[in-house]
Amino acid sequence: MKVLVPVKRVIDSNVKARVKSDQSGVDLANVKMSINPFCEIAVEEAIRLKEKGIVTEIVAVSIGPAAAQETIRTALAMGADRGILVQTDQDLEPLEVAKSLKAVIAEESPNLVIMGKQAIDGDNNATGQMLAALLDWPQATFASALELSGDTAKVTREVDGGLQTVEVALPAIITADLRLNEPRYASLPNIMKAKKKPLDVKELSTLGVDVTPHLKVLKVTEPPKRSAGVKVETAGDLVTNLKTAGVL
Amino acid sequence: MAVLVIADHDNSSLKDSTNKTVTAALALSKDVDVLVAGKGAKALADAAAKITGVRKVLLAESDELGQGLAEAVEATVTPLMGGYDAVLTPATSQGKNFSPRIAAKLDVAQISEIIEVVDANTFVRPIYAGNALETVQSSDAKKVITVRATAFAPAPEGGSASVENVAAGSAGGKVKFVDQQLVKSARPELAGAKIVVSGGRAMGSAEEFHKVIEPLADKLGAAVGASRAAVDAGYAPNDYQVGQTGKVVAPELYIAIGISGAIQHLAGMKDSKVIVAINKDADAPIFQVADYGLVADYKTAVPELMSALTAAGK
Repeated sequence: MKVLVPVKRVIDSNVKARVKSDQSGVDLANVKMSINPFCEIAVEEAIRLKEKGIVTEIVAVSIGPAAAQETIRTALAMGADRGILVQTDQDLEPLEVAKSLKAVIAEESPNLVIMGKQAIDGDNNATGQMLAALLDWPQATFASALELSGDTAKVTREVDGGLQTVEVALPAIITADLRLNEPRYASLPNIMKAKKKPLDVKELSTLGVDVTPHLKVLKVTEPPKRSAGVKVETAGDLVTNLKTAGVL
Repeated sequence: MAVLVIADHDNSSLKDSTNKTVTAALALSKDVDVLVAGKGAKALADAAAKITGVRKVLLAESDELGQGLAEAVEATVTPLMGGYDAVLTPATSQGKNFSPRIAAKLDVAQISEIIEVVDANTFVRPIYAGNALETVQSSDAKKVITVRATAFAPAPEGGSASVENVAAGSAGGKVKFVDQQLVKSARPELAGAKIVVSGGRAMGSAEEFHKVIEPLADKLGAAVGASRAAVDAGYAPNDYQVGQTGKVVAPELYIAIGISGAIQHLAGMKDSKVIVAINKDADAPIFQVADYGLVADYKTAVPELMSALTAAGK
């Protein structure tokens, strides 16, 4: 079974995003970039399926700038077999990423796509669902457990208030939530080995996908700042203050 | 232009986030209809008909809609979109599941988790876990929008709209509901709770977390949250996690106990109306966003807080 895992290069989750003074976006110059945490969980899940002997090949795909090769190498160092970079400097919206992935899937014919539920930059939480709709494949989003048997996947999903289990016929799109697994660290020998794994780079324009933006970003601003309030001396003072503030 | 709101419910009650999304929809249009897609949901449709400002309620019922299958909800909504210029859905786990499918079928962008309607084409939404706000202008003729309900006031009751049945779409046979295990807790859900009490790594153990955080939460009728550090250490289950990679909450009152206030955590709770921090480290970053800070060991402060609440009639 072949699994495709889309991965995105994003600002490292431990770095605070800073808005540019001209309000044109978030400043990414000289900022540490990493694989999106949810994508990392998706890669890990694919590797675990390979270790169980269910999956035979893992293809990591990124749609992004040349530097996204590093992100793909991270996935390869963890255990993915080969990479594909669809290169573009355009900042794509989820619908265009989904269309691009659909074109890659037409060439690769995977049995399963495992991807992160959202990227921590745009926070859209949309690409997986859109890809499923475009392909007319079933979807199982926000997965916290995954079991493959034959041509179906049984997926436990995190929903508001608990868990839901669905069974989807393969091929399907599964999006990973935090609880699915804890990703491994790549060992140094594996990082070295990953440098020799195949990584195919192609221009986005060769896919023949319409990537006209639907949204125009007018400005990016800082959220209203919270200022530190008051220090109270005792728990009793705290309750008095909260009553006055009308929240108790 | 007419706008469709997809109701948030669990087949037994209509969620407050529906009223809040109606408020967002009314900023776009006077003609707001609500779709209740579920099973045995007539009473919920009647409840939605009472929301002030609602023109008409559409009711679609089937087993698959009752199970909340995204494929079925999308197949119900997309054919209705001929009559609407926008569809708004509360950004709950259910809404986030099906809404992007509708956008893809209509070949339009999804505008995710809006917190403000600037005009009929322009919206404000948080990015980078709320560390930046993006104002976007849509060029799509039809708009697919999810709404961060906590950013809008609930539309009150007082309407008397009509309810009409519409056809339920099919999930298409490739996905099957197996079962669900909903947490049977008297506590409110974390995402929509008015008060949240969260514990951090300072708790030191799962036993301590249960012993300290839960009784306080129950006294306040609050939901329980946790920092990523507490979750990673195994003191609290993952679905308690408040933060950039966990749940984003914006309750009326957020009480952080033994939480230092890593960026990751602040991203998930800094839009709360009132923030209280209890931490023995006076330099903890959490105090920089707290409206009320109590520098004290939680071991003494929480019992004192419990007694003070009792004395205040809680």
